[in-house]
Amino acid sequence: MSLPQLPPVIVGAGPAGLACAATLVEAGLRPILLDEARRPGGQGTRRLSPAMMPFAEQFLGRAYANKTATREALEDRLLTRCDWRPGTLAWGIFEDRLEVVQDGRHDSIRFDQLLVAVGATDRLMALPGWTLPGVFTLGGAQVALKQHSAFIGQRVVMAGSSPLLYLAAAQYARMGLRDLIVVDTSKSADKRRAAIGMVLSAPGTFAEGLLLLAELRRRGVRRIEGAELLRVNGTNRVEAIEIRHADGRVEALSCDAVALGHGLRPETQLAELAGAKLKFDPILRNWFPETDEDGRAGDRLWLAGDSAMTGGRIAAAESGRLAALSMLAARGMTVPADAAKLRRRVERLRVFQQRMASAFRWPSHLAAELPDETIVCRCERVHAGTIREAVRKQAGPVEVNRVKAITRCGMGRCQGRFCGQTLQELTASTSGMPVETVGRLRAQAPVRPIPIEAAMEGDGL
Amino acid sequence: MTRSSSFDAIIIGGGLFGCFTGLFLARSGKRVAVLERGYVGAQSSGANFGGLRLQGRSLSQYPLSLAAQHHWETFEELSGESCEYDRNGMVYFAHTDAGRERLLGYAENSRRCGLEIALWEGEALRRNLPWLAPSALIASFSPRCAVANPRTATPAVARAMIGAGGALLQNCDVTQVDHKDGLFTVAGTGCEPITAPVLINAAGGWAGQLAKQFGEEVPLFSAGPPQFVTEPLPYVLQPSVYAIEGDMILRQTTRGNFIFAGYPRTLSNADGRHTFVPPHKTLNGMRAVATHIPALRHAEVMRVWSGVEGYLPDMLPIVGAGQTTPGLFHAFGGSGGGFQIAPAVGECLAHLISGDTPPVDLAPYAITRFASAIEASEKLTREFDRV
Ligand SMILES: Cc1cc2nc3c(=O)[nH]c(=O)nc-3n(C[C@H](O)[C@H](O)[C@H](O)COP(=O)(O)OP(=O)(O)OC[C@H]3O[C@@H](n4cnc5c(N)ncnc54)[C@H](O)[C@@H]3O)c2cc1C
Repeated sequence: MSLPQLPPVIVGAGPAGLACAATLVEAGLRPILLDEARRPGGQGTRRLSPAMMPFAEQFLGRAYANKTATREALEDRLLTRCDWRPGTLAWGIFEDRLEVVQDGRHDSIRFDQLLVAVGATDRLMALPGWTLPGVFTLGGAQVALKQHSAFIGQRVVMAGSSPLLYLAAAQYARMGLRDLIVVDTSKSADKRRAAIGMVLSAPGTFAEGLLLLAELRRRGVRRIEGAELLRVNGTNRVEAIEIRHADGRVEALSCDAVALGHGLRPETQLAELAGAKLKFDPILRNWFPETDEDGRAGDRLWLAGDSAMTGGRIAAAESGRLAALSMLAARGMTVPADAAKLRRRVERLRVFQQRMASAFRWPSHLAAELPDETIVCRCERVHAGTIREAVRKQAGPVEVNRVKAITRCGMGRCQGRFCGQTLQELTASTSGMPVETVGRLRAQAPVRPIPIEAAMEGDGL
Repeated sequence: MTRSSSFDAIIIGGGLFGCFTGLFLARSGKRVAVLERGYVGAQSSGANFGGLRLQGRSLSQYPLSLAAQHHWETFEELSGESCEYDRNGMVYFAHTDAGRERLLGYAENSRRCGLEIALWEGEALRRNLPWLAPSALIASFSPRCAVANPRTATPAVARAMIGAGGALLQNCDVTQVDHKDGLFTVAGTGCEPITAPVLINAAGGWAGQLAKQFGEEVPLFSAGPPQFVTEPLPYVLQPSVYAIEGDMILRQTTRGNFIFAGYPRTLSNADGRHTFVPPHKTLNGMRAVATHIPALRHAEVMRVWSGVEGYLPDMLPIVGAGQTTPGLFHAFGGSGGGFQIAPAVGECLAHLISGDTPPVDLAPYAITRFASAIEASEKLTREFDRV
């Protein structure tokens, strides 16, 4: 194969994509960097909307607000040295072309080096009532605040098994929300057990977590630990969330909005379309793309950040840098930095996440307990009972793509991004097969819906 | 459960051809086993457009097609389950002069075979199909054409077969077939060897290999048309709508999604297991929809797929007895139209295997037709990338 000639293409301008771009720019290249969003930043480090800017210090804390401002200024300077394409949705990859829709028009970008760094979204387990208006993901609750300067409600419960609970709750509390409850469904024993490993692998990140906890206590946020989520109640919208405390007591927490999350799931569809193989990670109990230690997943393909392996903001940036070094080496260029050190750092941060995952466990056991009438797939309104019935039927499916074909679960607009995790567990628990055997929903283009009109050339119609 | 390892007939392939053949054989008292590499109906039979189209056929195809349509119309009685059969009718339209000529020819064929066909041009065309772009020249409408849900049809037939005493072995990839003393022994990964005096090759796009092993090489190749589905929209369009030029085939499900397809078809991957949809075909399909039905230009496409389908150059399947080996039968090569004819394929083959005269003459579908030079279908050049 001849050496790559085209500008490297980076999908996703979060910490991973930006760090990769920075390293490539330093080496004298001008990468194409695109993001579905209008502004760089990604999810976790999403930029504040103009309306939120005056509250930056209140929201982020003084020190972090200053750091953020400096970083964003650097990023802005970086973007002028990239071929930056905001508002550009990547919807497919075929051979050496990336298919995008930019401002309502289709475009096709040829590449010989591609980095996919499209992040992760909240990992959800269906719950009776979770489709009621007023139920958000933890990530969604953060977007509402950072991008739309709005709380998801006035009486908010944040619930699940996720470190993001504490971050999102702190952000809401700092912006003045008084009526806020955190329901952490993970067990304190699990967290204690995992703590030592977490301290050892990334003491800084661990300390940040402790600070958040202390802050919530100081701000008087009620925190419930080790409870189980039973259902979200309400007629036309959320009125309460019903939980069972560790001591067996059932309580309905009255609220007008709920944010849910059980950790993160990687966005792997583009990587899969580009030819990456996925493998099952037994600790995180989920599927991740296979890469080498620098994030390379194919001749032309690199992956970094949370869409490669859950690792958080710093690991994302370091893995983006690492991928850039590997891309440069593949171009026959001299590599400016010490890749070995970066590798060790990324590895340590990812180990931290793995340990954190055993503190904040994915509640796989809940799938078996879901009442039949629970909606699992909200796009197609498929209920748990329908899935169980299909799996139990003679000649019925025991592989999730077949379950999808028969029941329509995962067939809708979101292509199973929100129901896929529940579907895997439900298929496993109903069939009695291990979750890694029932598989995962295969990616199909377009990874997001695209308007028919986008295909028309010029003004077309 | 004890399962005997000897059967009256073994069917390789759990698609619709295999399952219907199994159902009719089991109902006639035969002990049958269907062996499926993956899951029933997961290949062509589950991935297709669901079109039960009676228009656009040559005269010789009608006996089989009409026999099959009768079974679709009574599918619930036949299988005991619904497959969302919907007699929604079908519009064929032409937007080129050559297309117009062909459409008139096809309409004539349909009428000669007893189908009710309405022809609309000019004012009548605009009145009946106001949503069609002005470039449409003529349309024919057939009310008996229908659609069904391909994803649920095959499992339903497989269950009916099991109900009638048949055996279904899934996750059984047949890798070895031997024939000795009038008995076939079939073995594979995931299944114990079993034997039967009758073997039915219903392996869809993969059937060529087995035919070849028994000295019957046929020009079968695998391909699939790109298929697209939009988000659900209000249900407004009852009939299926096919451009005779092949650039747009479209229908709306009663749930609201528009499903569409557009030729040319794509050849399957070298591994024979997948047919990818290159993005330029997705774009072509979208353009065709926006061109022919402008009102849909704001709809959003949310998924694209295809399938691995076996095609033969004359676009007709092979259904009937093998010529080299007594007891060997073939049912494959649906050539893009196998969903519709599958019930009749199964019924006819079951008759043949039982030594009865099939209700439809299978001569046009004989494997022997490839012994001499055959006439390639005009569709072959028009509807594929390159063959
Ligand atoms: C996208 C698409 C759209 C279509 N649209 C229509 C339409 O609208 N109307 C219509 O009438 N037709 C349509 N068709 C055609 C129709 O789907 C097929 O002709 C029909 O389903 C063929 O059925 P089959 O049983 O021969 O093949 P398949 O359904 O492919 O079944 C063959 C089976 O054999 C199995 N198999 C193969 N080798 C082995 C082995 N060694 N061991 C065990 N098992 C094996 C395979 O796994 C497979 O399940 C379409 C096809 C495609 C791909």
